[in-house]
Amino acid sequence: MVATTNPSPDQRVARFTRGVRWTHRSVTVLMLILLATAAGLYIPDISAIVGNRPILRNVHIVSGLLLPIPLVLAVFLYAFRQDATRLNRFTPDDWRWLRSRNRRSGTIAVGKFNAGQKLNAAFTLGAIIVMLVTGLIMWQNAFFPDDIRTGATFVHDWLTFAIVAMVAGHTWMALNDAEARRGMRTGSVSRAWATREHGQWAEEFTEEPSAERN
Amino acid sequence: METKAPPARVNGSPVGRRVVLGMLGLGAAGIAVGRYATEMVSSAVASTVPGLSAVIPATGGFRIYTVTNNYPGVDPKVYRLGVYGKVKTELSLSLEDIAALPQTRMVKDFQCVTGWRVDDVPWSGVLLSDVLTAAGADLESTALRFFSFDGAYTESLTMEQALRPDVLVATAMWDKPVTREHGGPVRLYMAPMYGYKSLKWMSGIEVVDAVVPGYWEQRGYDIDAWVGASNGRNDEPIA
Repeated sequence: MVATTNPSPDQRVARFTRGVRWTHRSVTVLMLILLATAAGLYIPDISAIVGNRPILRNVHIVSGLLLPIPLVLAVFLYAFRQDATRLNRFTPDDWRWLRSRNRRSGTIAVGKFNAGQKLNAAFTLGAIIVMLVTGLIMWQNAFFPDDIRTGATFVHDWLTFAIVAMVAGHTWMALNDAEARRGMRTGSVSRAWATREHGQWAEEFTEEPSAERN
Repeated sequence: METKAPPARVNGSPVGRRVVLGMLGLGAAGIAVGRYATEMVSSAVASTVPGLSAVIPATGGFRIYTVTNNYPGVDPKVYRLGVYGKVKTELSLSLEDIAALPQTRMVKDFQCVTGWRVDDVPWSGVLLSDVLTAAGADLESTALRFFSFDGAYTESLTMEQALRPDVLVATAMWDKPVTREHGGPVRLYMAPMYGYKSLKWMSGIEVVDAVVPGYWEQRGYDIDAWVGASNGRNDEPIA
């Protein structure tokens, strides 16, 4: 249903559907397992403490193979496709927001996702695909020439550091915004938060349905 | 009652798709040039932040492998290296005994068959040929077997290979005792061959009459593992 006049600021507005939340959770859990096992396999000092290399290796490989599955399944969800479409598209306001120094002040109203979230989503998808391909080459190395194996190792290694930085940044932003976390945990956020953080999106809830909408 | 959003009205340029495609392109380029980039990164890091490669293998350090479930360890006081088989005197060498034999130091690369290489590692210990001399090994015998106290890792060399002057029963790397993850307290260093021949956690050397394929050879790797001339690889040989 669509709200009409005088929306109360305490009103909850739907942000993420159950399917989208479970997709996010599944990717999160697998990503954390991958990073933890990566540390145990890769950093010599941690390897020495953790040991059990064959087990870590198998958990890492299985988690890596599972990682794309929630995303592929989510493509069948209408709400996920809607969110993906919104994440994909950059409006002129997104560019202004990204360039402005006071982007956190809410002066430039953005849609359901701000430009940082859009870039984060695109980076995550690209990283998952590249890590999957290079991981497959390293795993099934008998089928690939030496230089390709070494090249895949190089990419897998260094992209890991970029992913760690991205995950750390994503987690930091979430830790500093309880209502954003609530949105991902429960599916809804307060209208006040939506208006402050995603002004254009908040507007969508008050507009009358019209024939122009597609 | 929460409010549901109407269908999204989305416009703007597909930047997300471009970022993803750009990353796929960069990834492919990285795979193509990674071999050379790895060498450049290693030498750049070695000359600027020498300690970094011990923490981040991508900057030119060792990647630590073990064939069992953890890193085997042994009390250095209890440790013994057995030398047996076709020898005049069977030996059971403590670390002090090994330290009392003629010491040799060499600075040489370590090349792994999976592609990574660590440049200019200082290795010290006793030449394998000096250990064999100390035991009065029968030099007419054709081969040696090496055993690890991890209970699984084995290796082999021909007698001719074993007597080369670049084969070390290593007790130190970078002038410090070989650490547990690198195969300490005593490991083999077979300079001219791929790393898997340099058995870690060494506890036994047996002089025998025929080469018995070791752990990795049983899993498809070449028995004569010359760097640059085996396992289908073309790496630069270890000078």
